[in-house]
Amino acid sequence: MHELMVAQSLLTSITAEAEKQNAKPLAAGISCGIFNAINDDTLLFAFEAIAKGTICEGVKLNISHKPVQARCKNCQNIFEFDIASPRCKNCHSDDFELMPDPPLLLEEIEFDTE
Amino acid sequence: MYKVKVGKKILSANEEYAALNSQFLTEHKKLCLNMISSPGSGKTAILARTITELKGKIRIGVIEGDIQTEIDAERIRAAGAAAVQINTDGACHLSALQVNSALKKLPVEELDLIFIENVGNLVCPSTFELGETAKVAVLSVPEGDDKPAKYPAIFARAKALLINKVDLLEAVDFDIERAKADVMKLNRDIKIFPVSAKTGQGFGDWCNWLLELTGK
Repeated sequence: MHELMVAQSLLTSITAEAEKQNAKPLAAGISCGIFNAINDDTLLFAFEAIAKGTICEGVKLNISHKPVQARCKNCQNIFEFDIASPRCKNCHSDDFELMPDPPLLLEEIEFDTE
Repeated sequence: MYKVKVGKKILSANEEYAALNSQFLTEHKKLCLNMISSPGSGKTAILARTITELKGKIRIGVIEGDIQTEIDAERIRAAGAAAVQINTDGACHLSALQVNSALKKLPVEELDLIFIENVGNLVCPSTFELGETAKVAVLSVPEGDDKPAKYPAIFARAKALLINKVDLLEAVDFDIERAKADVMKLNRDIKIFPVSAKTGQGFGDWCNWLLELTGK
C-alpha cells in the first residue's frame, strides 16, 4: 500500500518536469530492483487514480524490474543474481554477497511535441 | 514526441532522512537494529526478554512502530527500557522521517543500542531504509519454514535472523534446517539464532552477539 506514496512522488516529479518542458507528458519509464516491494498493478492503479484531472492524466507508466548483482567471494566475479539458481555464473560457488538493490528510479519521460 | 532523461530516485525524500539518521547514529557512536517480521512473530516479546537479560550490561532504547496503539511501547517500558511509540495510522512500514523524530525523543546519550521495531510486515519495511546499522529479521515457527523462499528480500538483507517460538517446534511442521538452508542460499553471512522468547531458550547466543556488536 506504499504504492500510493510512490505514485504521489512520481506525480510530483513528472509534473515538475512537465512545467519545465511546458509540454504534455505521455509516458514515463520507471525501473526498480527485484527486491523492491513494488507491485506493478497497485502502482498503476494508484497513479491513474491520483493523476485524474492533472497534467499527468493518461500518462502510461512503463515499469521494468532490474536484477540484483552479486559478487562471488571465491572468484570475485560480478554476476546477475538469479533466485532460482543462486550461484556464481563463473565458478558455481554459492559463497557470494548481494550488492545493493537497484533503487526505484524515474528514468525518463516522454512528452508530446504539440 | 520526444524523451527527457530524468534519472531521479523516487524514494529520495526517504533516503535523505535515512542518511541523516545514519549520520546521527555514527556521530553519537550508537548501534541501531531495524527488526522486521510478520505480525505476531514475537518481536516485542524478544525485545522485552533481551532488555531483561542484558540489564546492567547494555543500555537499550526502543522505537516502536505500529499502525495503532501504545501497547508495545508500554510492554518495553515495563521491561525497563526507554521507548518511543510511532503510530503509522495505516501505513505498512516506518519511514526514515518518523524514525528521525523518534530518535530525538529518546535519551540517546544514555543508550548503547537502539532497536527499531518496524510495523509487522514481511514485505514493505525491507524497501524503506531507516538509516539503521543493520536489519534483523524474525521468523516464528508457526509461520512455516517456506517464508524465506517466498519472501526473500528481508532474509537477503538481514545481518541476523531470530527463529522464534522454537518451544513449539514439536507442535508444528517447521523444518528448521530447510529454513536455514533457504536463508543461507540468499545470505551466507547471516547469523541465525533459534530462540524462544517465552522460555528463554537460545537467548545466551543472541545476547552474546549483541554484547560483541556493542563492544561490551
